[in-house]
Amino acid sequence: MANVQMPAQNLPAGRGDNAFVAGLRRILRDPFSVAALVIYVLLVLVAIFADQLMTHDPTQIQFRANGRVATNQPVSEAFLLGTTNLGRDIYSQLIAGSRNALMVGVTAAISVAALGTLVGLLSGYFGGRIDAFLMRLADVALAIPFLPFVIVLSGFFRANTWNVVIAVALLLWPNTARVIRSQVLTVKERAYVEAARVTGASDLRILFVHVAPNILPLTFLYGSVAIGWAILTEAAVSFVGFGDPSRISWGFMLQDAFVSQALSRGSWNWFLPPGLCIILVVIAGFFLARGAEEVLFPKLRS
Amino acid sequence: MEPPVLDVRNLSIEYRTSRGIVRAVDGVSFSVPKGAIVGLVGESGCGKTTVARSITGVLHQSARIAGGELVFKGKDLVAAPEKEWLEKRWRDISFIPQSAMNSLDPVYRIGAQLEEVLVHRGGRTRAEARSRSSELFDMVGLNPARLDEYPHQFSGGMRQRVAIALALALDPGLVIADEPVTALDVIVQRQILDVIRDLQRKLSLSMILVTHDISVVAYVSDKVVVMYAGRVVETGSTADVLERPRHPYMMGLTNAFPDLDTAAHDLVPIDGSPPDLASPPSGCRFAPRCPFLLPRCETDDPASAALGEGRSVACHRAPEADDLRARAKESATWLPA
Amino acid sequence: MATGLSATTPLVEARGLTKRFAPPARLTDMFRKERAHTHAVNKVDLTISRGESVGLLGESGCGKTTTGRLLLKLIEPSAGDILFDGTAVSGLAGPSLIDFRKRAQLVFQNPFDALNPRFTIERALAEPLVNTGVDRATHHDKVERALSQVRLPPLARFEGLFPHQLSGGQLQRIVLARALVLEPDFIVADEPVSMLDVSVRAGVLNVMREVRSSLGLAALYISHDLALVRYVCSRTLVMYLGRIVEEGPTEDLLKSPLHPYTRALMKAVPVPRVDQSRDPLPIIGNVSDARGQPKGCSFRDRCPLAIARCADDEPALRSVAPGRRVACHLL
Repeated sequence: MANVQMPAQNLPAGRGDNAFVAGLRRILRDPFSVAALVIYVLLVLVAIFADQLMTHDPTQIQFRANGRVATNQPVSEAFLLGTTNLGRDIYSQLIAGSRNALMVGVTAAISVAALGTLVGLLSGYFGGRIDAFLMRLADVALAIPFLPFVIVLSGFFRANTWNVVIAVALLLWPNTARVIRSQVLTVKERAYVEAARVTGASDLRILFVHVAPNILPLTFLYGSVAIGWAILTEAAVSFVGFGDPSRISWGFMLQDAFVSQALSRGSWNWFLPPGLCIILVVIAGFFLARGAEEVLFPKLRS
Repeated sequence: MEPPVLDVRNLSIEYRTSRGIVRAVDGVSFSVPKGAIVGLVGESGCGKTTVARSITGVLHQSARIAGGELVFKGKDLVAAPEKEWLEKRWRDISFIPQSAMNSLDPVYRIGAQLEEVLVHRGGRTRAEARSRSSELFDMVGLNPARLDEYPHQFSGGMRQRVAIALALALDPGLVIADEPVTALDVIVQRQILDVIRDLQRKLSLSMILVTHDISVVAYVSDKVVVMYAGRVVETGSTADVLERPRHPYMMGLTNAFPDLDTAAHDLVPIDGSPPDLASPPSGCRFAPRCPFLLPRCETDDPASAALGEGRSVACHRAPEADDLRARAKESATWLPA
Repeated sequence: MATGLSATTPLVEARGLTKRFAPPARLTDMFRKERAHTHAVNKVDLTISRGESVGLLGESGCGKTTTGRLLLKLIEPSAGDILFDGTAVSGLAGPSLIDFRKRAQLVFQNPFDALNPRFTIERALAEPLVNTGVDRATHHDKVERALSQVRLPPLARFEGLFPHQLSGGQLQRIVLARALVLEPDFIVADEPVSMLDVSVRAGVLNVMREVRSSLGLAALYISHDLALVRYVCSRTLVMYLGRIVEEGPTEDLLKSPLHPYTRALMKAVPVPRVDQSRDPLPIIGNVSDARGQPKGCSFRDRCPLAIARCADDEPALRSVAPGRRVACHLL
C-alpha cells in the first residue's frame, strides 16, 4: 500500500508572525514614519495640555509695563513669539490653534475613512445596483468643487469650523471609496473567500473577517493623509476669510497676519510658526502614508 | 565529432535575499550538442529557470554569476566584456520565457511585432522583414494571412507559436524555452511539441527545454539533465535516464509519474521536500529524503561522475544503481523512516 | 432537508444544467437585436451516487469548473435543476442551506490561496465549524479527527503556524482536512494537485483516495489531467465547450474512447517514455469560441469524421452500452 502518513518532523518548528504585528514593526523601522508618529503625538499632547501650555489668554489684548497696548512686540521672555498687531500673544494663539487643528483633522479623517471604507466595502462586495448607485453618488461628490461648497455652506450656517468638517466628510470620501472598492474586488476573488462561502459563512461574516482586515491598512493610509489635507483646507478657508472668527486656528493666524501686513513689516514670528505647524502636520500625514505603503505593497520595496 | 553549441562548466549563481546569500545554482555542468534538444528537468526551486536565465542574460537584478563558464560556440560568455555579451546573446541565443504568450503587446499587430525585431535587431529592411515573417509563420504552422491580426484574436496555443516564431526570427544558434507548454491544454500542448520537433528536424535547431514534466521531455528531447536543489544529479540520453535511472531522486521521480500506457500502478511520493538553499545541508543534498542513505552521504557531497557516452550521475552508490533501481520499484522502499 | 428517498437515489443529480454568461457589452451591441451569450455549461445531465468517485475531464474553458460551482450552489444556474439527495438545491436558504453546506464541500486548486494568510492553521480548520454554528465544545475533536484522516500530525503540532510556513503538499492536506471537518457526504475537488510538484502530487492523491474510500464519500474530480482522473475516478465524463460528449468507466474510456474528441484527447497525452506514439492527432485546428449556440454538434469544425448531419443536428447524449453514453451521430 502506498505511503500516506506525513511525519511530524516535516512540519516547521516555531510560531509564525502575525501579519498585523509584522506590519507594525516594519512601519516603526522607517525613520520617516517614526518622525510622523512623533509629530502626531506632539500635536495630541499639545492640544490636550493646551491650557497648561499657554502663557496668556490668546484672545486677550495684552499690555506692556508702561500701560500701552503691546502691539507687534518682538520675541521676548514675556511674549515667547511676540504679539500681533492688536497686542495678542502669538505663542498662546499657536497653542490654542493646535486644538482646532486636531479637532478638524481627526474628525475629517475619521469621517472620510469611515464613510469611504463603508461605501467601498458595500460597493465592491455586493456589486450590482448597490455598486452602481454608490459610485454615481461618488461621481456627484467628486464633481462639486470644494471651496465654493464651503463658502455656500458658510452662507447658510454662519461661518463655522464645522462647515469645513462637513464639507470634507461629504466631498472627500469618493477617492477612498474607489480605492477600497477596487481592493475589495481583488480580495473577493481570492480562493479563501470562496472557501468561506462554501463552508457556510454569511456575507457579513465574510466582509468583517476576511475582507475588512485586508482593507483596513488602506483605510488608515487614506485617513492619515486626510488629516493633513483637512487641516490645510481649514487653513485655506480661514485664509480667504470664510473661517470661524470666534476660534483661533492656524489658518486664522495666517489670515490675521496677512491683513495686518506682517509680511511687509517682516514679523516672521507671526506668520512663520503657524505656517510651519501646518506644513509639519501635512508632511506627517504624508510620511505615515508612505510608511504604510511599504507595508501594504511589499513589491514596491527596493 | 562537432563541438557542442553550449558548454556549461561549473556554473554557480547566487541571489542576495533578506536572509543572506543563497546559492541557487551550485557547480552545474552540462553541454548542448548541436542540433539537439536538451531537457532541463527538475521541480520548483531546483534552479533550472535560473540557469536558463543566466545563459540568456536576463537574471534578476539581485542575482549574479558567482563562478564557472558558459562556453557558447567556443567563447566564454561569463568572461567576455558586457557589451559583446549582450549583443551576442540577444541575437544568437533566444529565450522563450514562461508566459511568453502573454507577453505580446496587445496594441500592436502581431506582424508588426515580428517585423520590429527583424528590422531593429536584425538589421533587415521592411520588405525583407515582411517576407521573413511569413516564412516564420509557416514554420510554426500559422497562417501568414493572420500576420495583421492582434494578439487577442489568437488563442493561447497560437500565441505560443508566435512566441516561438519570435524566438527563431534572427536565426539563433540556441533557443531556450522555459516551460513552453505548461500552461497549455493537452491537445494544444501536443501540437506545440510537434512544432518544436518539426523545427528541430528542418532547421537543425539546438534547444534547451526547461520543464518539470518528464513526459514532455520524453516526447521531445534527445538528452536530459536532471537538477535537484541547485545541482545536476543525473544526465544522459533521455531513453537511458528514464528507463534506467541511476540517481535515487530520478528513480523516485519515475515512480511518482503516472504512465497512461501501462496498467495503473500506485503512485509513490518522495517524502519530505527540497532543502532550504539559504543553509544547504553538508553532504548530498538529497540525503534527507533518500531511501538508500549511507553514513557518508550525509558528510560527503558526491561529485558528478562521468560514465561514458554523455552519461553522468552524482551519487556515492552509482555502481549499485541496477540493484537500487529494482528496490526503488517497490513502494515499501519509500516509506518515511 | 429530507434525507434520500431510497438507497438508490443518486446523491447528486443535474438535469439540463445550463449557465449562460453575457459577454462584456460592446457599442455595436446597441444595434443588434439580441446579444449572443456564451454557454459555459450547456444542458448537462449527470448523476453521482453515494460513495462514487466521478471524474469531469476537459480542457480549459470547457465548463467543468463552472459545473462544479453550480453543483455546490456557489453560482446560480440559468436553467436546469440540481438535486442533492432528492431535494432541489435552488430552493435552499437559511438553515437548509447551512445543512447543505455541511454535506457538500470543495477542495481548491491553489493551496496557497485557499487559506487566509492571516489565519493560523488551527483557526482555518475550525472556521467551517464556526460558520455553520456547530457546538464549540466539539470543535477540537472534529479538527483532530480531520487531521488524522488526512494523515497529518495532531493539532498541537500546528500551534502558531501560518500557511506561508508550510509546503504545498502539507497545505493541500490542510485544505482537504478543512473540507472534511464538517463530515460531508460529497466533495468536489477542483484540480486538487495541479499546482503541486510531481513528487508531492502522489502523496496528496494517495491521501485523497484513501480518505474517500474509507469514509465512503462521493467525489467529483474536476481536471484536465487524464492521469489524475484515471488514478482516482471509477467513472468519467468528458466535457467539450459546455457539453458532455462522452461518459463511461474510466478504464474503458482510456482503452476504447468512442467520441472523436475523447480519442484525440487520449492520444494527445504524453507519457514518460521515449518510445511513444508521435502520430498526428485526429483533430483539426483550434478551439472555437463557445459564443452563441451553434447549430449542430459543437465539435464538428474540429472533427476529422464530421458528416453533413453534424452541421444541422445536435447529437444527444445517448446510451450505447450499459454505463456508456456518447453524443455523436457516428455511433
